[in-house]
Amino acid sequence: MLGGDLTERGLRLHLEGLSGVDAVGLEQRAAALGARSIKTSSKAWALDKIIELIDLTTLEGADTPGKVRSLVAKALTPDPSDPSAPRVAAVCVYGDMVPDAVAALGSAHGDPVDSGGGRSGLVSVAAVATAFPSGRASLRVKLADTADAVANGADEIDMVIDRGAFLAGRYGEVFEQIVAVKEACRREDGSYAPLKVILETGELATYDNVRRASWLAILAGGDFIKTSTGKTAPAATLPVTLLMLEAVRDWYRLTGERVGVKPAGGIRTSKDAIKYLVTVAETAGEQWLQPHLFRFGASSLLNDVLLQRQKLTTGRYSGPDYVTLD
Amino acid sequence: MARLVVPKTYKLYIGGAFPRSESGRTYEVTTTKGAFMANAAQASRKDARDAVVAARAAQPGWANATAYNRGQVLYRIAELLEGRRAQFVDELRASEGRTAAAAVKQVDEAIDTWVWYAGWTDKFIQVAGSGNPVAGPYFNLSVPEPTGVVAIVAPQGAASLLGLVSVLAPALVPGNTVVVVADQAHPLSAISLAEVLATSDVPGGVVNILTGSPAEIAPWLAAHADVNALDLAGAGELDWVELQITAADTLKRVIEPEPGVPARSLDRILAFTETKTVWHTKALL
Repeated sequence: MLGGDLTERGLRLHLEGLSGVDAVGLEQRAAALGARSIKTSSKAWALDKIIELIDLTTLEGADTPGKVRSLVAKALTPDPSDPSAPRVAAVCVYGDMVPDAVAALGSAHGDPVDSGGGRSGLVSVAAVATAFPSGRASLRVKLADTADAVANGADEIDMVIDRGAFLAGRYGEVFEQIVAVKEACRREDGSYAPLKVILETGELATYDNVRRASWLAILAGGDFIKTSTGKTAPAATLPVTLLMLEAVRDWYRLTGERVGVKPAGGIRTSKDAIKYLVTVAETAGEQWLQPHLFRFGASSLLNDVLLQRQKLTTGRYSGPDYVTLD
Repeated sequence: MARLVVPKTYKLYIGGAFPRSESGRTYEVTTTKGAFMANAAQASRKDARDAVVAARAAQPGWANATAYNRGQVLYRIAELLEGRRAQFVDELRASEGRTAAAAVKQVDEAIDTWVWYAGWTDKFIQVAGSGNPVAGPYFNLSVPEPTGVVAIVAPQGAASLLGLVSVLAPALVPGNTVVVVADQAHPLSAISLAEVLATSDVPGGVVNILTGSPAEIAPWLAAHADVNALDLAGAGELDWVELQITAADTLKRVIEPEPGVPARSLDRILAFTETKTVWHTKALL
């Protein structure tokens, strides 16, 4: 796509040749998309869709096997008082917690999308790797971290890019690391665990950098581009997600390949999540609203969605006493 | 040239801020003779929901403040009200058509009510709690704890300031947070009281004041799963039996309506408490 063999210089010329982002226009567009009113049956549809797209996450130093098991229980039965609530797409944990998550899921472990493109009722396991969240480790450590998570049974890998190298302009290095990590996602049967590339947009300083990093991650073969680790502020914002969706859309127009987007961190209310759904549908297209192409990285969002869901079914406002604690 | 008066915009009081109603609605407040006084915000169910969210967020902090500190905070409200006596007297004379003497009496009583209830914060537990005799080497203690978030319909058409204070203060004493629907016809002193609360030491969200129609808002508060108690003091004109039934669905304490202004009483404080009983061994002594 860049023409000829890929060289550091070619990559740099391409990334720096991307048109600059109109920050004011981007933020206005995001604000306009966020102002849509989604009510009644549309809201009910959106709430269920949000649950189906959630990567239910626990990424704390204090995570225990017990906490992972309760996270899995919540992923499988989000609302014990209402079995009609769908299951989430995946649970997202640290690499060493993957065996606990896989064991807790048991027969419910698998691709959330069935062969017909519908809901399979299964939940996959995503693992963060490559010295998450800082990414400050040698490539050997990052690759071992990734291979270990895949060998433990992780279905998806969330990697962080080396922001230091990116900000220093060493795009080739970042590119090669993504390619190498992608190779480390290879399973024994020769298939590859999908790779989500975390850009950590809160540390990239400018929208132009976010656009360059998005293209870099897509060119290097990332299956998803993800906004943030959730460990730095600001985490996911609507304008940044819109910008990444535009990169994904442009890539699809060029190559016919669909790359996923995952905003993560800071999305805590149904209202916010619905804004993201609108933005996805209006930017990349409605076909992106499925677990292979769009995810929310979130933990507290699920409870808020369940409260709103209960409000729609019972007609009265619900409270935190009526959902399970994480 | 004659000076133009600058009339006050009366808004809601939610989470320590003064927002307009989310619905954008207002209603006219008139004097007893029907002359226009002000536009008050007409709260919607979503304002009530926001108020409950604010009250819930503020509840642990208020309940965990020491009883002595809560007493100081409530007493300070009385201090600030004293300084604004003239404003409240004027407002009551205009909106309720009271004589100067009656208005002064109501404001003074409202201030004294704050002082009376402020004194109870570090005393009601001794009065209502108990050390229970048990057959074994244990201390067995019962203590009243706050119920949580209390929704109140303030007395309607009786005495707008005193009525509000008489239902608000007792709920605050044990550490509850409150969403109160003010006197619909005379909401101005409620919002002026909110200004006093906002400049006193009461944390934002502990008191949330809505103006508008109790008939519209009360059913949503009664049904709200995150409200723990419902004081129907001023709901006598509404179908309050229906509200009680609705409240039972989510297991709320309910206080039935009473005519006029509720008298000061320890019972009103204890109505918004739950008794916790703890066992503690004597063996470690």
